[in-house]
Amino acid sequence: MAVDIETVVRVARLARLTVPEGDLETLAGELSNIIGWIEQLDEVDTDGVEPLASVADIKLRWRADEVTDGGIPDKVTSNAPDPQNGMFSVPKVVE
Amino acid sequence: MTLIQGRTGDWEVVIGLEVHAQVTSKSKLFSGASTEFGAEPNTQVSLVDAAMPGMLPVINEKAVEQAVRTGLGLNAQINLKSIFDRKNYFYPDLPQGYQISQYLDPVVGKGEIEIDLEDGSTRTVGITRLHLEQDAGKSIHDQDPRKTLVDLNRSGVALMEIVSEPDIRSAEEAGAYVEKIRSILRYLGTCDGNMQEGSMRADVNVSVRKPGDDFGTRAEIKNVNSIRFIRQAIDYEVRRQIELIEDGGEVDQETRLFDPDRAETRSMRSKEEAHDYRYFPDPDLLPLELEQSWVDAIRETLPELPDQKKHRFVDDYGLSVIDAGTLVAERKIAEFFEAVAEGRDAKVAANWVMGELFGALNRTDTDIATSPVSAAQLGQLIDFISDGTVSNRLAKNVFEIMFETSDDPKKIVEQRGMKQVTDAGAIEAAVDEAIAAGAAQVDQYKGGNVKVLGWFVGQVMKATQGKANPQAVNEMLRKKLDG
Repeated sequence: MAVDIETVVRVARLARLTVPEGDLETLAGELSNIIGWIEQLDEVDTDGVEPLASVADIKLRWRADEVTDGGIPDKVTSNAPDPQNGMFSVPKVVE
Repeated sequence: MTLIQGRTGDWEVVIGLEVHAQVTSKSKLFSGASTEFGAEPNTQVSLVDAAMPGMLPVINEKAVEQAVRTGLGLNAQINLKSIFDRKNYFYPDLPQGYQISQYLDPVVGKGEIEIDLEDGSTRTVGITRLHLEQDAGKSIHDQDPRKTLVDLNRSGVALMEIVSEPDIRSAEEAGAYVEKIRSILRYLGTCDGNMQEGSMRADVNVSVRKPGDDFGTRAEIKNVNSIRFIRQAIDYEVRRQIELIEDGGEVDQETRLFDPDRAETRSMRSKEEAHDYRYFPDPDLLPLELEQSWVDAIRETLPELPDQKKHRFVDDYGLSVIDAGTLVAERKIAEFFEAVAEGRDAKVAANWVMGELFGALNRTDTDIATSPVSAAQLGQLIDFISDGTVSNRLAKNVFEIMFETSDDPKKIVEQRGMKQVTDAGAIEAAVDEAIAAGAAQVDQYKGGNVKVLGWFVGQVMKATQGKANPQAVNEMLRKKLDG
């Protein structure tokens, strides 16, 4: 599948990345190459094959319902710029 | 079918609901932080919930059990294998940049519940699915003029999203559906159903169509947090859509907000591509696999659910569907009623519970669990009525005193001399007195105005402080006046 410039702009916006106008065409080419490479997998016939979630023979691990964590508000906000009253602060989000 | 009249004819309303219910559990879906309501900001946050790099989610077995339990209570199919996916979007209260949810393979599939309508009829509403997902944190917009503050205590708390089929046809049905879901969740103990604290909220999908047409374009009203608001939001939205279409416009498929102060919905500035969630299986989590025997063991522990109880109350006690529906809405009320009805006339018991008791509880803003009158005491009072110890009328006074003092009816009746007078001699004396005092009324009665008999009864009751047996009084009066 070829990725066009419009798709690059859309994907960049979804990922909140700023891409300079001049880089769009190069990126479209690079992304097309990557997708083309991955698409080789489509050549394998997977009819009737169960999707594989993990190559290791392990099951999802469950834990008991116990409170074993939390109580570390300073750690939680330690990287936050300008925390207020123990909370993160971000530019006003208005709906 | 409920139809709404427009200028161009009748319209049918189509509603589907997504109910988000907080799972009752001590810790979060994928971390060991507490779910307790009302803690100081960010004190119930693990580094997993804060999405610190390298932190991995580990699933809480209780959350899975609660989802399965709820699925069984909704008469739904349990999927022994389900998948957690990432739903990607950016918002300040979502530190991961995605919500762990379930998309194509939810833990619970199709089910159905019965809803009770005000006219006593019932309808079946299909459940599409139930899936487990993480709650987001809380954004606080009103503490700082330029900033939004974020508290992550709720971040990662387990939610069940219960999606209905578009089977609902009116605001009333939508309200009845949410009430029934809440009632089932409370019976099961899987969600406290507390809408004020945000433990339950609903997204409401509304569209309109001419009867028989295909579905119209729907608008989704997000995050409505009370049953009254759900009804108001639907009423407003239906009107808006009908007017829009009848004026030649088209309904946009969009997300709207309900403003409770104005009882109206309005468009959330629909951000371009806001709905491109790019779901994909979460590589941090293997599929959720359940053993059938484990599911069966949960099924064994299900309580009698509201609909089963309602049918039993109708069949065994001869109650109307409406009364039975009212009594089973909360488990504690149903248990209280059954204790009162045990060995007594169930309809009389139902009338006392729903009449005097509910009235007094409402007036004093009291919960059934802390009712000053116990089921045993109310039962004794009903026994006093049936054996003639107190008249129906005085029983209401006795009840008021019971509610104030928590005393047994026996003590109240004895101490305050409220026993019904059935002694013929005492009644006759009061009747004679009333006839002697009412010469004018006697003439009216003899002149054919039988209604005046009520005046005599009133006089006798007054003279006996309401304790005379009304039937005996009536008989005695007739005998004397007619004779």
